[in-house]
Amino acid sequence: MDLLNNLFVNLYDWLAGALHALAAGLNLVKDAENAIVAAVMSLVVIVVLLLWLVLMVLVLIWLERKNAARIQDRVGPNRVGPFGLLQPVADTIKMFIKEDIVPTNADRLVHTLAPIVVAAPAVLAFAVIPWGKGMFPVDLNIGVLWVVAVGSIGTIGIFMAGYGSNNKYSLLGGMRAVAQMVSYEVPQVLTIVAIVLMTGSLSLNKIVDAQSGWGGMQWYIFAFPVGPIAFIVYYLSALAEVNRTPFDIPEGESEIVAGHHTEYSGMKWGLFYVGEYFNFFLVCTIAVTLFFGGWQGPLLPPYVWFLIKVYALILLGMWIRMTWPRFRVDQLMGFAWKTLVPIALVNIILAALATPILKAIGLI
Amino acid sequence: MTVNHFVILSALLFGIGALGVLVRRNPLIMFMGIELMLNAVNLAFVAFSRFLQSLDGQVFVFLVLTVAAAEVAVGLAIIVALFRTRATVDVDEVSGLKG
Amino acid sequence: MDLIVFYLFATLAVIAALGVVALRNPVHAALCLAVVFISLAALYVLLSAPFVAAAQVMIYAGAILILFVFVIMLLSPGVDQGAGALKWQRPLAAVFGLALAVELILVLASAVLPAARGQYTPERLAQIGDVQAIGALLFTDFLLPFEITSLLLLVAMVGVIVLAKKRVRS
Repeated sequence: MDLLNNLFVNLYDWLAGALHALAAGLNLVKDAENAIVAAVMSLVVIVVLLLWLVLMVLVLIWLERKNAARIQDRVGPNRVGPFGLLQPVADTIKMFIKEDIVPTNADRLVHTLAPIVVAAPAVLAFAVIPWGKGMFPVDLNIGVLWVVAVGSIGTIGIFMAGYGSNNKYSLLGGMRAVAQMVSYEVPQVLTIVAIVLMTGSLSLNKIVDAQSGWGGMQWYIFAFPVGPIAFIVYYLSALAEVNRTPFDIPEGESEIVAGHHTEYSGMKWGLFYVGEYFNFFLVCTIAVTLFFGGWQGPLLPPYVWFLIKVYALILLGMWIRMTWPRFRVDQLMGFAWKTLVPIALVNIILAALATPILKAIGLI
Repeated sequence: MTVNHFVILSALLFGIGALGVLVRRNPLIMFMGIELMLNAVNLAFVAFSRFLQSLDGQVFVFLVLTVAAAEVAVGLAIIVALFRTRATVDVDEVSGLKG
Repeated sequence: MDLIVFYLFATLAVIAALGVVALRNPVHAALCLAVVFISLAALYVLLSAPFVAAAQVMIYAGAILILFVFVIMLLSPGVDQGAGALKWQRPLAAVFGLALAVELILVLASAVLPAARGQYTPERLAQIGDVQAIGALLFTDFLLPFEITSLLLLVAMVGVIVLAKKRVRS
């Protein structure tokens, strides 16, 4: 059981040990040896994390399509591979061999850079997520801030896509997306502040550690009333932040074609698509870390718990997407500023008042 | 890596920002020049704070950040109001005092 | 290693800053400004001030720049036409701006910094966490400026709403 719980940590240690043994054969100075091993190990972590994220996106795309089909009483992809499982792989190959089109009057450099600026920050944010016990690429003591700060760079990328394409639908969609993301970032950060208040730290590891009571079930979602309110506000604003239905006005097909990525094709469009799923996966992992105890949980290995919780939230998001119709653009901004922000603000005051009481009665 | 590296970079950025404010006649770009100057000052603050091993500089950066945010918000609102009444964004065109 | 990182981001910042000043299209200038903000944030990390770096990206790149972009799109002034009414201003301004930069560099490079005497060494900061240390300072020594800042933000907010609101003509 212990072996299974620490599987990946042990693998990492074994690999680092093997590398040290290899490097020892070169008869280097101790410092140089340590530096080389550290560099190689970070490279290994980066590559493994990237492959893992790509795998997760492929799974998410398949899950989304299957799920949507089931809810709409269809079958969904079922031709490529068992249960259509290889459909995303086939789509990726198709995307790679498609022609890459740049509109004639587009701002060439801005147009080309935009998909990278959208997708790269989403990957960066995963660097601070604790995936399991002792399984975090970096332990930043400003972990939460890192995620928020890196996330705000993606907004610029969406503007670049909207402006650089030189298309009225792109520009409209881009500006809508930027306005929406900036507005919904506010309630999102405010709910995180409530959790930070209860923990007393910005480090995601410390936040997870603070939820370890009750045999790994003392999650902040049970810290009544602050936790549940914070979670609902966070989840709604997170869905809006990643532009998913019912908040997908920026790319509402029936109004503005495809929003900021109207003019994109081939792998550049693919990067937007992948970036969207990276972001969706990211907000779900953050929600699990903040409100559902991260990898904490009884019996099962930590990383399995983490994935179970993340996928539960992802399925909830897909269910919401398939069930609700789209907002109107004015309703959308009003919802952020007139409903979510005041609730989040009151929740912060509530958190400040309730933390000592919750600590006294043992809820956190 | 000494404090001089950062201070000279900061001076350079400040100079470029000032140049932008003086040369350009588009109020938006002039504002960007002011932002550059504020950022240069922030860099100098953080550098001094690091090399004097005192945190006062970093605290000042936060005060500068809030002032910059307030200044940009008000300034851009003024530009929008200006554009509404004059339909131009050239500062030379708005030299009159009467609205 | 530190020096390489410094020179990398310093050059990036200076080139992008020149871009802000020189580029005719306001949108390009704004994007260059984003590059300056982000490279300065990297320099803050190099100066072991990660909290300031995160705040820099969040506030400058995430909020202030977006505000700029919105106003540019709202006004859509297009490409700058170059010198307007006062043509002799431009060369003069360039001379004065360069003189200011040279003067600043000369003065600051010759200045002698007193020896480090504060209590916050990078090791100590890493131990207590710079967020905690800055927070403690903000709520003790700098409490009054901090409170005034909140007032400033409120005034700015009200001012912006008054300025930008469309007047209803009766």
